[in-house]
Amino acid sequence: MENPVVFNIGPVPVTQALFATWCMTAVVLAAAGVLRLRLRAENPCWAQRIVEMILDWLGDEIEAIVNRDARPFIPLIASLFLFIFVSNLSSLVSPLIPGFTPPTSDITATAALATVVFLAVPLYGVTMSGPIRYMKTYIEPTVVMLPMNVISELSRTLALAVRLFGNIFSGEILFMVILSLIPYVVNEAVVLTVVPLAFQFFIMFLSLITGAIQAYIFAILATVYIGGAVKTGERKKEEEAAQ
Amino acid sequence: MTIEMIAIVVAGITIAIGSVGPALGEARVAASAMEAIARQPDMAGTITRTMFVSLAMIESTAIYCLLISMMLMFKLGPLFETAAETAAP
Repeated sequence: MENPVVFNIGPVPVTQALFATWCMTAVVLAAAGVLRLRLRAENPCWAQRIVEMILDWLGDEIEAIVNRDARPFIPLIASLFLFIFVSNLSSLVSPLIPGFTPPTSDITATAALATVVFLAVPLYGVTMSGPIRYMKTYIEPTVVMLPMNVISELSRTLALAVRLFGNIFSGEILFMVILSLIPYVVNEAVVLTVVPLAFQFFIMFLSLITGAIQAYIFAILATVYIGGAVKTGERKKEEEAAQ
Repeated sequence: MTIEMIAIVVAGITIAIGSVGPALGEARVAASAMEAIARQPDMAGTITRTMFVSLAMIESTAIYCLLISMMLMFKLGPLFETAAETAAP
């Protein structure tokens, strides 16, 4: 729970989690940069195939949700997905590196990601359906619902941040708890040490699945929220055209 | 029984109760999704996606309980302790 400070940049303390987030961003950016240099239309390398497969699949998913061309949404959603996916997977190597925890197991990183989605919703809504049409979605179906709409906008951002954080952090906690069981077992019988170690393996496998699913869920929920803002704007446009 | 012990016991009760409800709810969602896919295999993609989203929504209740219990164990327990110490010299 505690967040040790690694170093200070002027008056701003850089915590371990923030530093881990930067490292993860650097890893993703470096991978993207290397891939960008090696892009080929013919005979692509295996990494390009994997990334293209992921992006194709994400594009199909987005198109199915927002019911329109997925291209404007892919940059944001795919970078959210890839960053969260890679940082969740880094929980597998985090026990090996001292002082490193996955960025998504810290509430500040997930809160930042949720804030990005929170800001992207009105941005997409305004650019795709105009400011007035977007603002009108807040007084749907009546003006009385205005506070409810605002609260739902805020609470779903909080839920987005807390969901990702809670899932990854609980995996870390479980890992540490089972690790701390080992000394007790060793005192009783050395043979029993295998039990927590084997259990550890299953916990790692579980956190792998959880990490992948949580990355998917974060991306899909972001798409649903943005798609909701865009779609309500679109519907208004159609209604006005029909009148 | 110190206030810290009470906080830890309450943390256990919180996560115990808080995980039973979502577990039942998620089980119902998964069962209904299976049934729906069995009836309409063509819609499997849409149903699976909607199921994942609703599972995430239901799961967040359990996550809130987890957070509360973690706060009780790590943050509020020591906090209560120091408050009790300062209140009773």
